[in-house]
Amino acid sequence: MAESVVSQQAGPTQSGKAPSWTVATAPRAEVLRIEGLTKSFDGKTNAVDGISFTVMQGEIFGFLGPNGAGKSTTINMLTTILRPTSGKAAVCGHDLAREQNAVRRSIGVVPQESTADEDLTGIENVLLCADFYGIPRKASNPRAKELLDLVELTKYAHSKVSTYSGGMKRRLELASGLINRPRLLFLDEPTLGLDVQTRAAVWDYIRRLKEEFHMTLFMTTHYLDEADNLCDRIALIDHGKILTVGSPSELKASIGGDIIEVQVQDGTTDLSPAIRTIANVVEVRRTDSDYRIKTLLGEETAPAVMEALRLAGAKVTKISIAKPSLDQVYLEYTGRSIREEHADSSSQVPHRGMMGMRRGR
Amino acid sequence: MKDPNTAAKNQTMSVPSDPPGTTNHSSLPSFDLETPVNESPLHGLWALTNRDLKKWYKAPLILLLTLIQPVIWLGLFGKAMNFGAVFSGSSFNIPGLNIPAQELNALAGQIMQNTFGTTDYFSFLAVGMLSFISLFMAMNSGSSVVWDRRLGFLNKELSTPLSRGAIPLGKVFASIVRGLSQAAIVLVIAILLGLSVSHLTALGILGTFSALFLMVMGFSSLFVMLAVRSSNQDTQLMIVNLLNLPLLFASNAMFPAKLMPDWLQPIVKVNPISYATDISRQLLLGSTGMASLQFDFLYLGSFALILTVLGMIVSWRFLSK
Repeated sequence: MAESVVSQQAGPTQSGKAPSWTVATAPRAEVLRIEGLTKSFDGKTNAVDGISFTVMQGEIFGFLGPNGAGKSTTINMLTTILRPTSGKAAVCGHDLAREQNAVRRSIGVVPQESTADEDLTGIENVLLCADFYGIPRKASNPRAKELLDLVELTKYAHSKVSTYSGGMKRRLELASGLINRPRLLFLDEPTLGLDVQTRAAVWDYIRRLKEEFHMTLFMTTHYLDEADNLCDRIALIDHGKILTVGSPSELKASIGGDIIEVQVQDGTTDLSPAIRTIANVVEVRRTDSDYRIKTLLGEETAPAVMEALRLAGAKVTKISIAKPSLDQVYLEYTGRSIREEHADSSSQVPHRGMMGMRRGR
Repeated sequence: MKDPNTAAKNQTMSVPSDPPGTTNHSSLPSFDLETPVNESPLHGLWALTNRDLKKWYKAPLILLLTLIQPVIWLGLFGKAMNFGAVFSGSSFNIPGLNIPAQELNALAGQIMQNTFGTTDYFSFLAVGMLSFISLFMAMNSGSSVVWDRRLGFLNKELSTPLSRGAIPLGKVFASIVRGLSQAAIVLVIAILLGLSVSHLTALGILGTFSALFLMVMGFSSLFVMLAVRSSNQDTQLMIVNLLNLPLLFASNAMFPAKLMPDWLQPIVKVNPISYATDISRQLLLGSTGMASLQFDFLYLGSFALILTVLGMIVSWRFLSK
């Protein structure tokens, strides 16, 4: 169902001219529309550089990029924590610059690190958030209890947050972010630093929010599998710029289909011309005796490749077919492997204190 | 807990733009969305204040230290620095000049009265200590803002419809409550340790605490303002250490202003601590003040009002980067 929307959205995102601000014919309501949003901290370099895209009602929209790409800065602008340097955005139909309180009332935020007050108990934290929205206790008491139930923290509702584990804190953030029943929920790296089980649990909550609450979710992540699994559409961001927007399958298709990797015994002669003559082959890259062949139909092309190489007098020692993954999409667009970024981020996880200090931005 | 009433309501309570047919809400929070939310500019102010206060009254150790601290101050400064003892209790026996102890005591009493406005230094200092202890509480509000920024709590506040003015006000009111509570403890302990009670009236105590209220309000706003963009705890500590003792000693809290050098006098005269202390001494000890009570209150009131308004404006503008 997201596909029909995607085809409409893919166009305006990178074209310079701004699409019309009004939504008349959209099949579903636009929850978020961003045009040329820019943030500069020092006046010279742009942390977020003129990004534009839209998010539709009921979508899980993934914002994917390496560390420092501008993901958190974008979320902080959209949640009114940071002032945009230029550009505009409409959040749930409210202008980000002029109707900040209306924006704040319609969104929920689950930040990257725990922001709960560790000296208070779980339920006190959720109720405190309710107070920030001016929700009277008569309504917020049952809400807080049920939200803690939803994230399975009822047992620890009256324990101080300082005694919580990392996963429990993340779940508490989720409960707090839902207290005003937002139409649009922002999740900043919702599974960063969580163990496999807790990650799966968070994914489950996110899916339930979409399916049962019909909530729109905007999440940043640098985990490709997470984006692939959860998101209806993904925007790739690097160096503050949107590289591409689309559904995971569209993005995979956009890089030109399957990859066949072949190794031959003798690497001295270039066999690329022979391979290029095969039907459906899109591109051939050679590194000595290794060939990376981009093709539209992996299974059918592979035997043809073997045959062509045999005729050319080469002996194939290894062959593999890879279906396109977001990893390859990522590599294609950013020129960097996400694994490098993974290594980066996992080395940061133990230093939670340090990360806390960076939060000031 | 899920009463049938709210559960039934929930069926028809989806967000307006939700697609119709959202039926199965059985496992989901049955939100009472009909109770109107409070959208007043100062909603959440009490929640913010109470949150800061909970860190104090729910932590037994901190509460205990809060109680012990004034005793130490009163004991060390009030009793140890006994200026009265310098003059009294002995007799001078210089050849040709014999002043008996009794006369010397009377003379000392007069000197004390002239200098400190009361016959015992302990009473003079104990009342000054009320301002002193309140000031120290006010100064903590700045570092509390820095902590909130560093722990991300401030970002959470900023993403909610809390008024940007309510955030500093919450800090200010929390330090007022803590400051006045400590001042009340100081007063009780001082009375137990021998503060002269001859002039004590309920109205006098009320007036004194109103003065302290205004003083803490102004100073707390000032320190919140200084911390509004800072994410460095050490800077806050330096600022507090740089300002606390000079502010205190350039006032009449510990020592009468009239004995200070001429260059210091104008500083004492603009220092709001002097006015809070002046009010306290007039109301609690019956001393002759450096200005009339009306002027003292007017000065402190303007100080509190200007800095609080300024603090709210600065926070409104600068809490978000």
